[in-house]
Amino acid sequence: MNSVGEGCTDLKREYDQCFNRWFADKFLKGDRSGDPCTEMFKKYQSCVQKAIKEKDIPIDGVEFMRPNKEKPGS
Amino acid sequence: MVKYFTCSGFLKGTWDQVFLAFWQRYPNPYSNHVLTEDIVFREVTPDSCLVSRRLLTKTSRAPRWAEKFLPAHRACKAYIVEDSIVDPQSRTMVTLTWNISHAYLMSVEERCVYGVNPDNSNWTEIKREAWISSNLYGLSKAVQEFGLARFKTSVTKTIKGFEYVLARMQGETPTKTLAEAATEKAREKALAAKEKAKDLASQAQKQQYM
Repeated sequence: MNSVGEGCTDLKREYDQCFNRWFADKFLKGDRSGDPCTEMFKKYQSCVQKAIKEKDIPIDGVEFMRPNKEKPGS
Repeated sequence: MVKYFTCSGFLKGTWDQVFLAFWQRYPNPYSNHVLTEDIVFREVTPDSCLVSRRLLTKTSRAPRWAEKFLPAHRACKAYIVEDSIVDPQSRTMVTLTWNISHAYLMSVEERCVYGVNPDNSNWTEIKREAWISSNLYGLSKAVQEFGLARFKTSVTKTIKGFEYVLARMQGETPTKTLAEAATEKAREKALAAKEKAKDLASQAQKQQYM
């Protein structure tokens, strides 16, 4: 699947592969020994976060699991 | 006024298969409307839950009668946030999904809870709830009706896509009628062509940057 940042797709796929392996082989089995994908995630994030800013995607300040039901002033 | 919808169902996979398939859902033959997918936040909490935020871009066609209310250039794309918590100890996953664009027109919020089916531990049950609201003066009721109808269609697609990815991971083809199989085949072909086109487009874009 493509990233929202056109130049980030390769970084994303690399990270996804790493994550899926870790998630299946370690995380779901209760193995908490370090996450091998941290570096890939950082690289991917620096790319995708830039794209989000450039595209003005209104995700900044959106709280986790807290959709803004009423926008202030509306 | 908010429209509320709830339904439950199950997937024929164990909880760990389903949770793994959740991250590998896209693309699938039923997800043509999903254009991009990104993880924009991810963390393992001190109590060993995986907390993630996924950002999706989807095509979003407004009903024709509503098109005149929409800014033309933004009418066909919507940004969706999907927050999730995976708890491997309790074998549950909670997701909350909502649109962060066009929210002044219509807001769709969906909450899903995945857990082991109490009657058959090889299956995973999903409890789904949705809230659909609109602040459009004078039109909110019509928009909500439209939103609810569309939400129901999209749930069917979501489940089919999920079943498809799950069956693929389990190394079998899902049981389906011949007609369904033919439709799926056509969708797969279209998907492959679309992914290829996207790849080519992004290659071209990259070359432009170089």
